[in-house]
Amino acid sequence: MGKPKTVIEKIWDKHVVHHEEGRPDLLYIDLHLVHEVTSPQAFEGLRMKGRKVRQPHLTFATMDHNVPTVHRNVIKDEISKKQMDQLQKNCTEFEIPLADINHKHQGIVHVIGPELGLTQPGKTIVCGDSHTSTHGAFGALAFGIGTSEVEHVLATQTIWQSKPKTLNVKVDGNLGTGVTAKDLILAIIGKFGVKFGTGYVIEYTGEAIRNLSMEGRMTICNMSIEAGARAGLVSPDEKTVDFLRGRKYAPPETEFDHIASEWLELATDEDAVYDATVEINADEIEPQVTWGTNPSMCIPINGNIPNPNNTDNENERNEINHALDYMGLKADTPITSVPIEHVFIGSCTNSRLADLERAASIIKGKKVNPNVRAIVVPGSQSVKAAAEEQGLDNIFKEAGFEWRGAGCSMCLAMNGDIVPAGERCASTSNRNFEGRQGAGARTHLVSPEMAAAAAIEGKFVDVRTLSVPTA
Amino acid sequence: MEPLKKHNGLVYPLNRANVDTDQIIPKQFLKRISRQGFGQFLFYNWRFDEKDQLKPDFSLNDPKYSNASILVAGDNFGCGSSREHAPWALQDFGFKVIIAPSFADIFYNNCTKNGILPVKLTDLEVQELINNAEADDYYITVDLEKKKVFDSNGFEANFDLADYPREMLLNGWDEISVTLTHSNKIDAFETKHTVH
Repeated sequence: MGKPKTVIEKIWDKHVVHHEEGRPDLLYIDLHLVHEVTSPQAFEGLRMKGRKVRQPHLTFATMDHNVPTVHRNVIKDEISKKQMDQLQKNCTEFEIPLADINHKHQGIVHVIGPELGLTQPGKTIVCGDSHTSTHGAFGALAFGIGTSEVEHVLATQTIWQSKPKTLNVKVDGNLGTGVTAKDLILAIIGKFGVKFGTGYVIEYTGEAIRNLSMEGRMTICNMSIEAGARAGLVSPDEKTVDFLRGRKYAPPETEFDHIASEWLELATDEDAVYDATVEINADEIEPQVTWGTNPSMCIPINGNIPNPNNTDNENERNEINHALDYMGLKADTPITSVPIEHVFIGSCTNSRLADLERAASIIKGKKVNPNVRAIVVPGSQSVKAAAEEQGLDNIFKEAGFEWRGAGCSMCLAMNGDIVPAGERCASTSNRNFEGRQGAGARTHLVSPEMAAAAAIEGKFVDVRTLSVPTA
Repeated sequence: MEPLKKHNGLVYPLNRANVDTDQIIPKQFLKRISRQGFGQFLFYNWRFDEKDQLKPDFSLNDPKYSNASILVAGDNFGCGSSREHAPWALQDFGFKVIIAPSFADIFYNNCTKNGILPVKLTDLEVQELINNAEADDYYITVDLEKKKVFDSNGFEANFDLADYPREMLLNGWDEISVTLTHSNKIDAFETKHTVH
């Protein structure tokens, strides 16, 4: 028996192309996901140097950030259109598979990877997008890269990386009814801060993580970057295997069981040692709402907005004051008293079928508050089709939600789906940064259930107090 | 990229922690398909009002900083989105060096790939630089060969930067060309590595 290893070390060791003491390793990349925003300059770089894409078949592209979610083929913004046209042109020239705007597999890159079975345990996965950490839910080592690195991976199928430190985020106990993976990751970031993961790859372990669905694990891993960690993952288990069986790009049935047994062996060994460990108990977690301008600024639904005078640290006080000012909030007021004007259910964090099903269960038979404009943006064309098959679109539409086409949409408001300045949005996305959903827009991050409940009530409300028909 | 060995320049102090890349360059400016011309959009929502007029109360709009080339900021600089447009905007605006107590990982990498030097100093050292720069026109020198930051009044601090990015910055190498010298190793790896 060799030294016990974490899943992170096992994946790393299988991908080292070149190692030299005191230098970063040259790491092989198994899957390179590409979208329209962070790739044009990389392809241009290749062209200028006369370089080719080394492994087009390990590369997969889609369009998500810029795509309109209504009237999809009428792209009013010419620069957006140019960026999408450019991706089409680049994929044709460099022979890269592309799910374009009208393709049935189009969607948010971090939703379609798992959906198509491209995302698999043990793979090294990169994309020019910080939420690439999502794919870690499958026991893959997946992280976001910049455009220079996109060009590097296109040209060489490798990347220079220093071996990361490992961080075990151990979640014992179980989430209560109405408390979701989103609440858990917000609570983790709320407790440990927006940079506790910097320099680390996180592995999420413990009973509460094992009991999460694959969708829940994706939500958790997705927001690893909001804790500073480029990658966050969960050891593969039977749930991982079951999710992938039969997917389009998963191994064929004849080889599947054999390969799945190799995947399961990647799970962290019992006595493996991490560089650091933090713990949190899921039993204690309540539905969360962010009040400020980074994801660590969150409170339980029954909490009050913090008072800057309760801290002696001057920098912290300034930060709270700045956030309160931007968000237009008063210290010490209950978050449940804050009215909202917008609801966004979508994004790579929370736009999968399971997310939409849970949100729909809250709003079924109810009406969106007249002061609220609420939109649902499925994560992919496949999610949209599956939801429509179940009639979820009708539930949303009858309640007064707008039912949109697939894309990143209002998470970063690049496609024209914008929250106006000074207005407030309950959003299932991942970043409540200043201006994220539009200049001056005020974002509150919540779970799909909490967003749905806020849409009905016109303000934040504890979803656990609503009468919900049992499924 | 341009080599960067030693740089003397005017400091612009930005006394804020957790400056995210959405602040450095908001999303509406990510639609361009070239690497050039992003400087005009740097810190757009802080520098410009809703009518696209410069806000006089935002310090970077003070003409005295128009030649600043060293940005000194608070903890966790560059967090959030992986957009390389952030270092492109900083560089195009004129910044060559960024000093902070800590940086987000992706942003830090992106800087070194573009010839921008990210320097980690302690909280106290950063605070001293910020105080000096807020008080008066303040020039410092950053020496990458000696891994030192100093001014003409006795401030001196050492910083660390891993050998690999340091060499890349000192020499201004094209990283892909370096990697391609290992092509035979990549070829050999691919013959024994299976991707399902």
